[in-house]
Amino acid sequence: MLRIRGLSKTYRGGDRALDGVDLDVPRGQLMALIGPSGAGKSTLIRCVNRLVEPSAGEIVVDGAPVTGLSSGGLRAARRRMGMIFQEYALVERLTVMENVLSGRLGYVGFWASWLRRFPQADVDEAFRLIERAGLGGMQDKRADELSGGQRQRVGICRALIQDPALLLVDEPTASLDPKTSRQIMRLLVELCEERQLAAIVNIHDVVLAQMFVQRIVGLRAGRIVFDGPPDALTTETLTEIYGEEDWAASSAPEDDDEDDAAAARAAALRLAETAR
Amino acid sequence: MPIQTLPTGQVAWQRRTMPARLARWFGWLLGVLLVVQSWQVMNADTIWEFVYDAPAQAGDLLVRMWPPRWSVLDQLWRPLWDTLNMATLGTALGVVLGVPVAFLAARTTTPSATILRPIALLVIVASRSINSLIWALLLVTVMGPGVLAGIIAIALRSIGFIGKLLYEALEETDANQVEAITATGASAAQRIAFGFIPQIMPTFAGISVYRWDINIRESTVLGLVGAGGIGLQLNASVSRLAWPEVTVMFAAILCTVAVSEWVSARVRAAII
Repeated sequence: MLRIRGLSKTYRGGDRALDGVDLDVPRGQLMALIGPSGAGKSTLIRCVNRLVEPSAGEIVVDGAPVTGLSSGGLRAARRRMGMIFQEYALVERLTVMENVLSGRLGYVGFWASWLRRFPQADVDEAFRLIERAGLGGMQDKRADELSGGQRQRVGICRALIQDPALLLVDEPTASLDPKTSRQIMRLLVELCEERQLAAIVNIHDVVLAQMFVQRIVGLRAGRIVFDGPPDALTTETLTEIYGEEDWAASSAPEDDDEDDAAAARAAALRLAETAR
Repeated sequence: MPIQTLPTGQVAWQRRTMPARLARWFGWLLGVLLVVQSWQVMNADTIWEFVYDAPAQAGDLLVRMWPPRWSVLDQLWRPLWDTLNMATLGTALGVVLGVPVAFLAARTTTPSATILRPIALLVIVASRSINSLIWALLLVTVMGPGVLAGIIAIALRSIGFIGKLLYEALEETDANQVEAITATGASAAQRIAFGFIPQIMPTFAGISVYRWDINIRESTVLGLVGAGGIGLQLNASVSRLAWPEVTVMFAAILCTVAVSEWVSARVRAAII
């Protein structure tokens, strides 16, 4: 679904954010991208839809190259990539419905979108998605009236109405409380399964990632240093990604260190009990 | 380097370095010198006998202005209406011309930062640097007296005001919202329609109503140079030394401005 080869990005000023990244994400796979702040996670997913222009390398989505496209071709390519943001990035003064329908901007002409005359099929789909995300009846509320969790659901609807093949998710839970974070992650997992979407999820919360994703990729200083299933993430690998830290203490203090990943999951489950 | 290590090994911190303090001291010195100099210039051209006389003169003028000649009000409705129309149409024209200039001038929306942006900024500066009274003077010379000259004068002045405030609002918009719209595959025009316009809408409404409010005040004086409205009447009465009529006109202008301020305050409150 997504194939990245030799992707590098050097910002003006010489900061090397990505350094020869190779990555494949197959259809239907929810992949978490972890790593310390400044490791290049945000840059990586923004290179995929070219919100950030890559310095070198090749990106292919669904068999079609994204790098080297003209602006018209890029618009068409972006329609197939839904993006979800940390601070939701909803247009605050527009309603829930308008925000969701803005996901169709790549498909409708300017005047139709300016006059808010979206095709009935799009409107039907918007109603269905809003209902599916548990926001039924809120279509006419303005985005700035919603809570964080509700806003993120609108953000997810906006990405899904694009009918994407690939989801690019940038820190979806960083601004949310633990319970809402889990609900949002669960919704993402279900939706990816339903629609067989590939997804890259940038995430800081390693425990949360381990609970929900099938694969974890660790990024450090612009290079991939870990790629494997959640269970394979050990103290050593975490140290390799993030640097030295007492990982056992932060996840599960009373457990002996024989299986950190399991301990982490146990801690998360306890967290879940208290959250309920 | 506000942080320095003293010979005793103590680390001291000061708000400013020595050169910075000296520079500030000289800045203040220059300011004081400027005040002294200005005072001398002011004194040179003032005839102090007239100034000592001023309270008596003002009192005399007030006596001559009273009682107001209310009968002149019948001739004022038409010029007042002209004044309001001049301000409103001038503002509308200013908005129509100023909004595109703002989009060309804002770094976030300009299609060409090297050619169109400087031109748009030049238009804004040119419009702002000339008072609407001066614009009216020029236009009356070019196209003769009348309300049309006033409308265009007000519009020309408003372009700069609206253009400047709106382009600043455009540069302060939240980039995340625009990024999200870009990521959906929206075209450049759609990015403006969905990413920028909703964000600047309250500011835009506020600026337009505020400018309309200012324009009503400005249009009351445009008649002084022949651009129509109540200023024309005012000029005529002052020339004839008909001070009781002037009092009525002042009252009429005061009421109009008060009403326009009330309206603009209500509109702004409703939108934001």
